[in-house]
Amino acid sequence: MHISEGVLSPAVLAGGAALAAAGAAIGLKKMDYEAIPRVAILSAAFFVATLIHVPVGPVGAHLVLNGLMGLLLGWVAVPAILIALFLQALLFQFGGLTVLGVNTVIMAAPALIAYYVFQPLLRQQGPIASVAAFACGFTAILLSGVLMAAALLFSGEAFWPAAQLALLAHLPGMIIEGLVTLFVFQYFKKTQPALLAKLYG
Amino acid sequence: MSGIAEPFSEGDSLAHRLDPRGKIIVAALFAMIVAVVQSLAAVLGGLALALLWLLLAQLPAKKVMGKLLAVNSFILFLWLVLPFSYPGAPLLNVGPLTASREGIFFTGLITMKSNAIVIGLMALIATVPVVTLGQALHSLKLPRKLCHLLLFTYRYLYVFEEEYQRLLTAMKIRGFRPGTNMHTYRSYAYLAAMLLVRSADRAERVFQAMLCRGFRGVFYSLRTFSWQRRDSLFLGASLLALIMILWAAWQQPPLI
Repeated sequence: MHISEGVLSPAVLAGGAALAAAGAAIGLKKMDYEAIPRVAILSAAFFVATLIHVPVGPVGAHLVLNGLMGLLLGWVAVPAILIALFLQALLFQFGGLTVLGVNTVIMAAPALIAYYVFQPLLRQQGPIASVAAFACGFTAILLSGVLMAAALLFSGEAFWPAAQLALLAHLPGMIIEGLVTLFVFQYFKKTQPALLAKLYG
Repeated sequence: MSGIAEPFSEGDSLAHRLDPRGKIIVAALFAMIVAVVQSLAAVLGGLALALLWLLLAQLPAKKVMGKLLAVNSFILFLWLVLPFSYPGAPLLNVGPLTASREGIFFTGLITMKSNAIVIGLMALIATVPVVTLGQALHSLKLPRKLCHLLLFTYRYLYVFEEEYQRLLTAMKIRGFRPGTNMHTYRSYAYLAAMLLVRSADRAERVFQAMLCRGFRGVFYSLRTFSWQRRDSLFLGASLLALIMILWAAWQQPPLI
């Protein structure tokens, strides 16, 4: 779920835009021209993977995979997520232009946390790596939910119940995302260990 | 049967023929102004301007409505909560909850703002094919790497969408039925992982092919934009309308 246009206060919109621009600038700086085709093709695959709709009881959640994106791309995940959200706004009218910065921060900050906190743990042997893979997907969505709630809350105290509900709506997604990240990690480890060594960026 | 599509980018209307650079500038300013203003008159003005652009773009009404419905899911969620949590004079009781006059007004304002911006962007930005948009953004001095990333990502979206559909068909043929169980999550995870693995393989091949053809990190475009008098007229008239919206917002203090 992305925040729509016209909801947040100007200060939150401006803050989100500034943070996203700074993060994207760092990411672009770390990516040389030669890496562009490879990063773009990977983020296109991520974009399509988010179309996967997973049933959770009577409702459904779609995959986000921002934790996994952070693991594989590091700082480059920030411009990649920015582009993905821009394309989503363009093709599906989800999110929007003025909230692009805020939505990018909501998705990309957890990706960076995943990169710095969980990526080293995944190199460990045994069950630690599996636990870390689950925790990576789980916390990425949790953090996204918290950031979204914060963006709403900083726009006005009347948003408090809406912020709580937004966070609550992320709960089923957290578990799914943790499981999916764990399984993807195991699959990579079996078939493509080279992908897990930080390839890009 | 592709799920990803640009239904509005083709067309011969006035809005389609305008220079994309002018449209991007106007759309960005419009979105920022409407997102920030708080007075009813200004928001109504923004909505009217967006509808005017929609008329100019002559987009298929049915598709526009379909897109708007999807957009309003977040707004609907706000309607369930915000009128009850916004402090103000009580207006309506629903069970133990009380909706305030101010709350309903505030949520209505958000709804109009949100729809005005989305309609405006649909008429001005969605009428530009993404490839042209990438070039136009570059000529508007956005970082070159970012524009290249946009163009390249977009180029491969369709490739992987097809790949995804193929893999999904293969799963269905083998009797896969999604449900709330571990098998489903594992299968979907492998599907996502397979997409990523194939993308990594393809990325390597594409990159080598590009190197063979002398890729040096620059795209040479044969398209040149030509700024015409109608573009100046459009830019001038739109800027005037935007100034009027700002003036309306300044004249009428926020009601809430």
